Amino acid sequence: MAWNLSFAVTGRYHRSVLYSSVIHERFRRPRFRGELPDPDAQFEDVNPLCGDRVRMALTFGNGGIAQARFLGDSCAICTAAADILAEMVHGRAFSEAEKIGVSDLLSRLEADIRPSRIKCVTLPLQVLKGALGQVGSRT
Amino acid sequence: MSLALQTRPDFPILERRVNGRPLIYLDSAASSQKPRQVIEAVKLYYERSHANVHRSIHTLGEEATALLETARDSVKEFIGAEHREEIVFTRGTTDAINLVAQAVGRAFAPGDEVIVTEMEHHSNLIPWQILARDRSVKLKAVPIVAEGFLDLDAFDRLFTERTRLVALTHVSNVLGTINPVGKIVARCRRAGSLVLVDGAQAVPHLSVNVARLAPDFYVFSGHKMLGPTGIGVLYGRREVLEGLEPAWGGGEMIKEVWLDRAQWNELPWRFEPGTPPIAPAVGLGAAVEYLGKLGMERVLAHEQELTRLCLDRLGALEEVTLYGPRNPEIKGAVVAFNVKGWHPHDGAALLDQDGIAVRAGHHCAMPLMRKLGIVGTLRASFSVFNTPEEIEVLARSVANLKFQL
Repeated sequence: MAWNLSFAVTGRYHRSVLYSSVIHERFRRPRFRGELPDPDAQFEDVNPLCGDRVRMALTFGNGGIAQARFLGDSCAICTAAADILAEMVHGRAFSEAEKIGVSDLLSRLEADIRPSRIKCVTLPLQVLKGALGQVGSRT
Repeated sequence: MSLALQTRPDFPILERRVNGRPLIYLDSAASSQKPRQVIEAVKLYYERSHANVHRSIHTLGEEATALLETARDSVKEFIGAEHREEIVFTRGTTDAINLVAQAVGRAFAPGDEVIVTEMEHHSNLIPWQILARDRSVKLKAVPIVAEGFLDLDAFDRLFTERTRLVALTHVSNVLGTINPVGKIVARCRRAGSLVLVDGAQAVPHLSVNVARLAPDFYVFSGHKMLGPTGIGVLYGRREVLEGLEPAWGGGEMIKEVWLDRAQWNELPWRFEPGTPPIAPAVGLGAAVEYLGKLGMERVLAHEQELTRLCLDRLGALEEVTLYGPRNPEIKGAVVAFNVKGWHPHDGAALLDQDGIAVRAGHHCAMPLMRKLGIVGTLRASFSVFNTPEEIEVLARSVANLKFQL
């Protein structure tokens, strides 16, 4: 696997890159972590690689997401990704929230995520899509 | 000379640097590294002797067959089996357990029972879950108590006249617990139940003698014991294998074939349909010869010293929680731990920056993680080439994690 060799040869993944200040900050002091009483949609999923679990709860209003909160027993990358994602969808139209992709999250995390950890970023996104899938049934 | 000093030059991968640091490989319980002797045996086989085995009349075919069957004899000697027919080559431990579940499960009736334990690797759980689902067999699990020992009283209570098979690990891949398999095997044999022992974490580290232990099935993988991936062993007691229908069909496992029926081949080939993993088997043969020359008593003593040191050093850190027995004498070459404030994956990623390879996560033992009330752990595991200095570096790196909070 070429990517793996490039790590070894260049040694370009140093602590600062592995855990960007964004990840560090969001992991230690998440802003959107917590319960959301009486949510309109919620979804939970697990990362089969590590057993990490993330739940996302949403309330709806004005054709979009009024509030978003997450709960999770998860690593720094996953927690930071969930926190940023919750912030990104908070107060956004459904159509906009649905458009958020992995690359959007990665650029907000400001870190090079290794292939072995990319699931830590995609899990919160998967959970959000699951919750958004409940939009039709609730509205 | 210490075992590590003697063996380190044999492992080319140890010359590598990872993230600018010398590689400290503490993940042998997941997959061990390979000595030159194994790599060379595989290379030589491909360069000089490769052909399909058993029905080739030409020279290469005969050489390949001889190499494969010699590897079988080496494995037989290494685990103290009485007969070469008892050594079935598989793709690994998982493959071997699935083979047994398929083959013996066919004769199970609804309401029959299989007993596993709470500390099983998924590979010794899921095949039995599938069997339970398909044949309405009842699956029970022996709980663990204290530092991670099997509750043998509970085992006695779970065991009934409907118990057809007990499947348990010899050494836990997380806790390191060495289970009293002799006692359990004897109990099962007396009561007329089959017993399968998962030796994936035992054969690389302990001296195992299957003739003395006398389980019905004993399974293990090549790649955790200095051998190649893609090869494993199912030891089956001859009387048991003789009475068993094949799990899977194909070429090689038959004697004579008609369009509507076939006559099964002799043991062990009856359980080896298709072209076997010849090169990996040759490599495994070289691995058991290598371990045999070192002497498993010496391997055990060396790894117990590393385990003891690791338990001491990590145990001295306030922020570290250790899992499994604290006495290295009753523990395999594995230490599972967590560091306060760190998710295991983050901890492992940071240790990797220091060139240290440890496993992190649920270690394919989710029911055990649930029982312990955790998502996962970090896990350091040892092999013949690891040194006390490497354990010291690990302990220092773990101690430094708290400064990165």
